[in-house]
Amino acid sequence: MKENAVLELRNICKSFPGVKALQNVDFTLCEGEIHALMGENGAGKSTLIKVLTGVYPKDSGTIMMKGFDKPLNIKSPRDAQNVGISTVYQEISLCPNLSVAENIYIGRQKGSVLSWKKMNEEAQKVLDSLGIAVKPTQQLASCSIAVQQMVAIARAVDMQCKVLILDEPTSSLDENEVAKLFVLMRNLKARGVGIIFVTHFLDQVYEVCDKITVLRDGTLVGEYTISELPRVQLVSKMLGKELDDLSDIKGDAAVFVADENIPPVFEAKGLYSDADIKPIDFTIHKGEVNGFAGLLGSGRSECVRAIFAADKVLGGEVKMHGKPVRITKPIDAMKNGIAYLSEDRKRDGIVGDLSVRDNIILAMQVKEGLFKPISKAKATEYANKYIELLDIKTASVNTPIKSLSGGNQQKVLLGRWLLTNPEYLILDEPTRGIDVGTKVDIQKLVLKLASEGMSVTFISSETDEMLRTCSRLVVMRDRKAVGELSGEELSQNMIMNTIAGGEANGTD
Amino acid sequence: MAQIKTAKTNPVSEFFSKLFRNQIFIPIAALLLLAIFNLIADPSFFKITLGYSSDGNPVLSGYIMTILDYGSELAILAIGMTLVTAASGGQDISVGAAIAISGSVVLRVLCGTDSRPETLQAPIIVAFLVSCLVAMAFGAFNGTLVAYFKIQPMVATLILFTAGRSIAAWINNNELPIVSDKVFSYFGGFLPGIPIPTSFFIAVACMIITALVFKFTSLGLYIQSVGINQNSSRLNGLNPEFIKFITYVILGFFVAVAGFIKVSRLSTINYSVVAKDIEMDAILAVALGGNALSGGKFNIGASVLGAYVIQFLTTTLYKLEVSSEALSAYKAIVVIILVVMSAPIVREKLAALLKKIKASAAAKSAN
Amino acid sequence: MSENKFSPRTIMKKIGGMSDTNLLTSITIVVFILMYIGAMIFLGKGFLKPQTLFNILNANAALIILSCGMTLVMITGGIDISVGGVTALVSMSCAVYLDYMGGNVFVSMLIAIAIGLAFGLVQGYLIAYLEIQPFIVTLAGMFFARGMTTIVHTNPFNVENESFVALKDTRIIIPGMGSYNKAGNYIDAYIEIGVIVALLIVAILFFVLKWTKFGRNFYAVGGHRQSALMLGVNVKRVTFSSYVLCGLFAGIGGYVYFMHVGSGAASHAMGAEMNAIASTIIGGTMLTGGVGNIIGTLFGVMSLSLIQNIVSSVGLDQAWWTGITIAAMLCIFLVVQSIVVSRKSRQTKKQAAMAEKPQTPQNKAAAN
Repeated sequence: MKENAVLELRNICKSFPGVKALQNVDFTLCEGEIHALMGENGAGKSTLIKVLTGVYPKDSGTIMMKGFDKPLNIKSPRDAQNVGISTVYQEISLCPNLSVAENIYIGRQKGSVLSWKKMNEEAQKVLDSLGIAVKPTQQLASCSIAVQQMVAIARAVDMQCKVLILDEPTSSLDENEVAKLFVLMRNLKARGVGIIFVTHFLDQVYEVCDKITVLRDGTLVGEYTISELPRVQLVSKMLGKELDDLSDIKGDAAVFVADENIPPVFEAKGLYSDADIKPIDFTIHKGEVNGFAGLLGSGRSECVRAIFAADKVLGGEVKMHGKPVRITKPIDAMKNGIAYLSEDRKRDGIVGDLSVRDNIILAMQVKEGLFKPISKAKATEYANKYIELLDIKTASVNTPIKSLSGGNQQKVLLGRWLLTNPEYLILDEPTRGIDVGTKVDIQKLVLKLASEGMSVTFISSETDEMLRTCSRLVVMRDRKAVGELSGEELSQNMIMNTIAGGEANGTD
Repeated sequence: MAQIKTAKTNPVSEFFSKLFRNQIFIPIAALLLLAIFNLIADPSFFKITLGYSSDGNPVLSGYIMTILDYGSELAILAIGMTLVTAASGGQDISVGAAIAISGSVVLRVLCGTDSRPETLQAPIIVAFLVSCLVAMAFGAFNGTLVAYFKIQPMVATLILFTAGRSIAAWINNNELPIVSDKVFSYFGGFLPGIPIPTSFFIAVACMIITALVFKFTSLGLYIQSVGINQNSSRLNGLNPEFIKFITYVILGFFVAVAGFIKVSRLSTINYSVVAKDIEMDAILAVALGGNALSGGKFNIGASVLGAYVIQFLTTTLYKLEVSSEALSAYKAIVVIILVVMSAPIVREKLAALLKKIKASAAAKSAN
Repeated sequence: MSENKFSPRTIMKKIGGMSDTNLLTSITIVVFILMYIGAMIFLGKGFLKPQTLFNILNANAALIILSCGMTLVMITGGIDISVGGVTALVSMSCAVYLDYMGGNVFVSMLIAIAIGLAFGLVQGYLIAYLEIQPFIVTLAGMFFARGMTTIVHTNPFNVENESFVALKDTRIIIPGMGSYNKAGNYIDAYIEIGVIVALLIVAILFFVLKWTKFGRNFYAVGGHRQSALMLGVNVKRVTFSSYVLCGLFAGIGGYVYFMHVGSGAASHAMGAEMNAIASTIIGGTMLTGGVGNIIGTLFGVMSLSLIQNIVSSVGLDQAWWTGITIAAMLCIFLVVQSIVVSRKSRQTKKQAAMAEKPQTPQNKAAAN
């Protein structure tokens, strides 16, 4: 093993029926290093992590760790824990029915009889040292997602691990929490812990990481130090092609001027739902792309959910084309030509076991009604149309959607809503957790649809993405709209200022 | 050896490997196994004799006819059970008790206040329709608990399971009415001139109705969608609660049909014994058909086949002179063997083993 | 049910902060006590005698033990419907062993435990390691046990083995709780040995589930299987041990049942699995797993039995009323639980949303 390396993987291979997920992948992690593991969806990042933590058995290859003279045979997450490899997963893997303290200690308590008092005290210490404001005795299910994530990290930190794997931990944290996490990561780094950091946020990689290992299609592309790999090159290495699309798209969103004589496509006054948002006023015109900006928990998703009646609407007036309409459940919104691509793809989007075809026609079929079934031939035709249009990579229309990669699943869902031929399309974080190439595709598509006359509301946690696509932004804070930006005002700084409560906020 | 080697590229083997992975493989394999077993043990199992009933009607009899007769009731229930399973990810364990209720209602309507009527007090069709309404109302009760109160199906239906037979007894004031009407007995027996049990035709009719419903509505897609991902379904404009609810009402209808056949066959009812343990058989039929008991995708044909296989097994055991009380022990062993064989983990291991054997065989033949 | 009594806000808040387990258990205990007090006030006499309460225990010792096993399995998110069948098989086997094979009482106990364990081991293996649905496996287990009972011996009979009969008739006198019968004679209050066994098991399980690593793992597995695996809990082994323990308790419960009835019959403990499931649910355990409490189960069994007593002393003694009242009770409990839990989750969702608020303004300051 290399000197000061804490973990060394050599020639790791893993295949699933029909797919070679990893082929001869090498990976080295040094002590006190934050090492980014990058790659598009399907590059093999998750598989590598799962092999390392014993979730999947590896087909071949060796795993060496400092302090062990023989290659490790990690058969379960428990084995991994025992040798000092801790993981914080993208999807929170804690038990919601247990208390915070128990979640920190379960599976690794010493002795067989527990002392609740001691456990709670120790948990309090750990939480305090990380600045997490939560009582150890609180039931996990009653904590917010961000806090749950922090508890997962607290657990890993408390395990005195030598290798800490963070698998997209930042996707459900807001900026403040991300900043806290980074402080923590640097802290651990100083203590000599090796950290593997998997993320889709390029900024974050360049902010905290020392090295980058890039995977593509299950093979190793290379290992680089941060200083020697500019962003553009990283992206091109991940995609496997030279790409300037990112800069291409900038400035595409022209200033949008609505025709005052035509009533807006959609107009809401004082709309609010049971998801605890303050009444909002909102309009969108034909061919306009606008967005809701704000931090996680600011209420931006809740706003669009209220528009689509995905949450229970409690009050407010809604007009379409100047005429009042009643939208109390999603089907009403759909019948009025609204489509909503939800934030949580897995929970609220895909119907996992159903085929790509059935997933594409689902919304259309529901809109058509129970007594007008779409024939199989017609459905296949529709599906093929969108598979081609959106360049969806799937073996066939019969493939269950759950076996597609995240980006392709997202495209299927997009196809589902486009098929309903909406006038007004709401996209809530359509680019979350998907690869760079698909992100750009989706941004381009949004602009294209708008140019064809569709109204689009676009929400993303990456503000530069919104700047590229939207001509107007509603800024949210604390579950209410605090400002509206358009034209010249559309810049990173201005958005930040408005979110933070600077001079640009009108209603506060 | 050579055969195995050539089989690798053989379309026949591909067909079999496809079949092996197909949902309908399990019930077919089980059916074949049972058939072969009976063929070896005693081929007379398959003998069908044509006789005449006391009315001079032609009647086919034999073990196969018994399977066809009793299996049909089960198949009818299995259709409904499959839908409930698919939509709500749970099973209705109250179907036996609900059959007792609907059967009791039929008799109550036919007999009126007199428990031994000379003539029927109401037309048969009225009795059937009333029992349908009652059974569907109880289905709606189960459905409400499951869909709107979000109680796990097995637990929700435990209520009716516990109370059903008591309610059935209460409907007829715990008397045992007997209906001795010729036309009424056709439904659970034989139609004049047709030697095949009527229940089989009723089952076929039920299947055709179901098939038509799925052909001319998109209910199938809705049920699967709700069963797989309720949140998504809601955001796609479906009303998941209503769809779950409606599957329980549909099951209620099939329960009424099965109950009607039951009382027609017996001309009377025994509240504590009628359709006893039939819920277990119906659930087994769904499972044997390869449908996930946790909901989602479903295949009604496979469930129906599963139902007949379960009945085949029961009849085979009876034929082996297993007493009706001890029957369940043998049935249990067979069931365990079946589910172990069809368990994904076991199948994976078997496939790996098969691969190994093939590989070593290929290596040998190469040498 | 109890909510209108606790209208003040503070109490609602406290309820909101309770864990699911405590909340559901509290409801059950409160309902039991209210029902008992109600019975004492309105139905009087019988219910005022302590022996009535002890009789409920005597008659239900076996059910308590079965329900304890069921609770374990249900906390891990499974179900075991073979317990009634195992009870019948244990009674019959022990009866045959004692009377036809001249066995001794001690060995018959071992037989009971062995039968229970055998069921637990096989079912546990199939469910935990071969990942077959618990419902199907234990359904087959139930069929098998019932069938085996008649294969062991067909006809019901009373056991006459002397030392067993002596054991069966042992009464433990509770001093000071006796009462006078109509003739004015003082009759001691008593409980059977089975009750001691049952209460001992409840006490041990209460400790195990609350204070041991072993016990907490059941909750972890039931709360979120996948997470528990990731957290380093040996999910398969925990699942396996829950079924083994449930089998063991079915064996012990079977013997306690046998000691209570003193006979072997194929029809013994018919529907006991459903009573055990019902009691466990009434006691606040959720079938989805992760939530449950053994004390709640004890009160679940007691409530179920109490309501039956109440119904028959009110005069509704036709056979069907028992079934209907149990069902009605189960129905009420399920609906109440469902409403309470959903209201609580909505409340905590709001609280969580509120809690996020005050943090946000500083966030931006920090971010800039």
